[in-house]
Amino acid sequence: MKPPPFEYVAASSAADAVEALRRHGDEAKVLAGGQSLIPMLALRLARPVALVDINGCGDLEGMAESRGVLTVNALARQRGLERWARERAPLLAEALRWVAHPPIRNRGTVVGNIVHADPASELPALLLCLDGEVVARRRGGERVIAADQLYVAPLTTSLESDELATAVRFTLPPEGAGWGFAEVTRRHGDFALVGCAAVLALDGADVVTHARLGFFGVGGTPVRSGPGESALLGQKATPARIGEAAKAAAAALRPDGDLHATAEYRSTVAATLAERVLAAALGRCGKAA
Amino acid sequence: MGAKLFGASVRRKEDPRFLRGEGRYVDDIKLPGMLHAAFVRSPHGHARILSVNTDAARRMSGVAHAFAFADLERWMKPLPLFGSIPPGLAARVDVTMKQVPQLAMARDRVFFVGEIVAMVLATSRAQAEDACEAIEVAYEPLAAVVDMVAAAEPGSPVLHAEWGDNVAIHFATGFGDTEVAFRGADVTVRERFHTQRYVGMPIETRGVAAQWDARDGTLTTWNGTQVVHFVQQGLVAALGLPPHKIRVIAPDVGGGFGTKATGYPEDLLIPAAAIASRRPVKWVEDRREHMMAAAHARHQIHDIEIAARRDGTMLAVRDRIWVDLGAYNSWGIVLPYNTVAHLLGPHRVPSLSVECRGVVTNKTPNAPYRGAGRPEAVFAMDRIVDCLARELRMDPAELRRRNYLSEADMPYELGIPYRDGNPLVYDSGDFRAALDSALSTIGYDALRREQAELRARGIHRGIGISGYVEGTAIGPYEGAVVRLDASGRAVVATGACCQGQGHETSFAQIAADALGIPLDWVTVIGGDTAAIPFGVGTFASRSAVNAGSSIHVAAGKVRDKIAEAAAALLEAAPADIEVSDGTVSVRGAPASSVPLARVIQSALPTFAKPGLVSPDFEATVYHHQPTVTYTSAVHVALVEVDPGTGSVRLLRYLVSHDCGKVINPVIVEGQIHGGVAQGIGGALLEEMVYDEQGQLLTGTFMDYLVPTAMELPPIETVHLEYPSPRNPLGVKGIGEGGAISPPAAIANAVEDALAPWHARVTRTPLGPSVVLDLIRRATRS
Repeated sequence: MKPPPFEYVAASSAADAVEALRRHGDEAKVLAGGQSLIPMLALRLARPVALVDINGCGDLEGMAESRGVLTVNALARQRGLERWARERAPLLAEALRWVAHPPIRNRGTVVGNIVHADPASELPALLLCLDGEVVARRRGGERVIAADQLYVAPLTTSLESDELATAVRFTLPPEGAGWGFAEVTRRHGDFALVGCAAVLALDGADVVTHARLGFFGVGGTPVRSGPGESALLGQKATPARIGEAAKAAAAALRPDGDLHATAEYRSTVAATLAERVLAAALGRCGKAA
Repeated sequence: MGAKLFGASVRRKEDPRFLRGEGRYVDDIKLPGMLHAAFVRSPHGHARILSVNTDAARRMSGVAHAFAFADLERWMKPLPLFGSIPPGLAARVDVTMKQVPQLAMARDRVFFVGEIVAMVLATSRAQAEDACEAIEVAYEPLAAVVDMVAAAEPGSPVLHAEWGDNVAIHFATGFGDTEVAFRGADVTVRERFHTQRYVGMPIETRGVAAQWDARDGTLTTWNGTQVVHFVQQGLVAALGLPPHKIRVIAPDVGGGFGTKATGYPEDLLIPAAAIASRRPVKWVEDRREHMMAAAHARHQIHDIEIAARRDGTMLAVRDRIWVDLGAYNSWGIVLPYNTVAHLLGPHRVPSLSVECRGVVTNKTPNAPYRGAGRPEAVFAMDRIVDCLARELRMDPAELRRRNYLSEADMPYELGIPYRDGNPLVYDSGDFRAALDSALSTIGYDALRREQAELRARGIHRGIGISGYVEGTAIGPYEGAVVRLDASGRAVVATGACCQGQGHETSFAQIAADALGIPLDWVTVIGGDTAAIPFGVGTFASRSAVNAGSSIHVAAGKVRDKIAEAAAALLEAAPADIEVSDGTVSVRGAPASSVPLARVIQSALPTFAKPGLVSPDFEATVYHHQPTVTYTSAVHVALVEVDPGTGSVRLLRYLVSHDCGKVINPVIVEGQIHGGVAQGIGGALLEEMVYDEQGQLLTGTFMDYLVPTAMELPPIETVHLEYPSPRNPLGVKGIGEGGAISPPAAIANAVEDALAPWHARVTRTPLGPSVVLDLIRRATRS
């Protein structure tokens, strides 16, 4: 379990990294936290010709909030966001608690997790639920990819091979919104068999004004549930309505089976979890989001 | 002789170096000019090898050698086989057994994914792995045999053509008349139970380093093994050297569990490579190799049937058993017969009829793993007992109480021989007392009341019980050399090597007590063939009994020698000499006391006079253990099942056990905790999965799930002490026991939690998808 030979490029700035990516094209991989890439190299499942290490890029550190939008730069570690989010974004904090284990979160980056695009990972689904976007830079330009345009297939995004994801942005839930999060794993810290996150906001008459329902571990990409959300928006939030929305959301999923859970299991439990997280979100409405 | 240390929770002497990260493992062996080995392993479950071309690999940077079978042919003797049928067993049970030699490197066929086909030696491991990719092997894939039941049927593709079929072992045994018992029973229950393939997963993978000294023809090899003398014997046979020219050292070893107690190709290939290359060679197994090529374990199917009277009195058990042995039958009678011998456990059952088949399949060869055939037996028996309880509408604890043996029944002869050929006679214990203490400690009646209340609120808890009786400490022997140096400090050498069990402490406790010296005066050496010429090794819960008894008796002999010397020095009778805390005195005359070192020095000759006695304060004893001692326990699990997701949460786990006299309670509890953790893995998480082509699907820790500390509940223990009459210390083995009952106890608890759905648990591991499926199918039917 030793990686095949590769060229190691230590980038010192985002521009430097982008230049290295341009040079190597398809043949390069970006090394940030390395928590997924290094095992793939050791198993020789990934065979990049070059590894572009961005850990020396000072301009990719840090995170900042401005007017309800949280920008997390490419070198911000998951543990850092978890600490920040405890006060400001409890949904993110809760989701991060389920991402592997503290030693892994100390190294793993938020952006790396999101663009690694594991369909059973928590953060990509959160990016969908929080109207997120990814900032992609290549030599000579930058573009913004909305979360719902990002995920193409398992471990595949719409980022081009010469693009570096320099940051992700989350739109924090509106004032007074409630949230819910649940997942089923075989063990603490494993990828989800099924997972679900929700955000709800109500008006004074208990009518749903903002609804986000996302799933992970239910197919090739994370899913934001149109049917689930539209069953709630503009409706009075009642337990019965939540149950219907959960069913509608789960019915639209097309999960796969694998060694750890059947497709039928994932469909069934997606409905169960959706109902639970929507109920939890409803229970939290009106309190600080 | 006072027992000051025996029985005390003294701190483990080995822990400071382990906790500081200062252990020295095979991978820490670094020798000048050392080459690193990597292997080409079969990607096929079953295939013919048409050709192996190493030319390109040889030319690669850093590569010293690339070997295929033909390059090493002169050393390719069959690997050691275990588990021949002892005469006492052959006389009572008609066993048909076939064993086929396994070669260290495949010659023309591969029988499992991971079998070694070629080897590269290079300056670094990475270069060796690069070169492995350049070795071209042409295979012709053959039909793979995967399902153990189908493999035993006529018409199945056959692995080893010379056998004619895949049944490596077949026998039937029993006692009493089960036909009559089943005909006359009020109630009979039958079910098919599966125990999945799961494995010992030591934190330290295997590893071998070897150095050939051409000047005097001596081979030194470091091997992370539980059985240094077996490795030595294998090398003697393959290399044609006498034993004293082959030194096998097991340095610190990070977990064994039986996985490191079997014979492996690398045990021979690395030394052979060192001789061929005249360079030191090291190979450390990576986790991928460990998953596919280190011994697998468990994997049985039982068609079991029980007959009872309406009041719960058990009358008979019938069982048809399939044991999946993997690609070779290197362990012979051991696993199949262990299962049969442990099937009835703590229950009084007047008649038994068992038929057992050990079957080869295109999977990694199996070897004994902590419990070695017993967890599967106990799973089948304790599950069918719970099914019987349900059928009788009787509390499963009460059904067990009515059928468990108690102290008044000891010694109890079961009616079939043990695997060693001796009569199977429980030596001591009280299984009903273990059950009662387990139930009262966990508060069984209160838990049952709470269960009913919670169930009404939609919270589903279950309580599961499992009991086992385990033959431990199989002989025939282990030895010890106990020797004092000039300062009175003791060196204890034994063939029982240590993989984390705390031998350096518990053996020192035994020796220090017998010698009358402080604990820290004792150094224990296990795992070095140069320190003691004969040994068996550490497995089968055998070291405390076999090595412990040898150490106890040998140290007593050394103490007698001290008394003899001190009697001459202090002008007293040897019987009046006392040795305590390293000081020697005449009983009743404390003023006479001298340091032990002074006594030893008095034995050394000077120019003026000869010594008072010969200065060999040394004794060697090989304790003979004709048959096993019987450890027993009752385990109780409390679980909560989420019927919405199928998730199982372990809330409590209790073990009430008897391992005879306890040498060190902390070490015994550590053994129980570790065993229970592995049993929980088997109950809920771990499974080696193959597809129909014999392809391993669980090749990494992403898919093969071992429990972490986060998955373990608090484990409560109750120690009951029923000393064994079969050794001078009264001890029994405890190394494996913890791993035996958790699958049964947890499966029983899950089924108990699912009682409202009338679900039946027939297999492990009980992952959420499996549990939800149980509920769904029970709801449908």
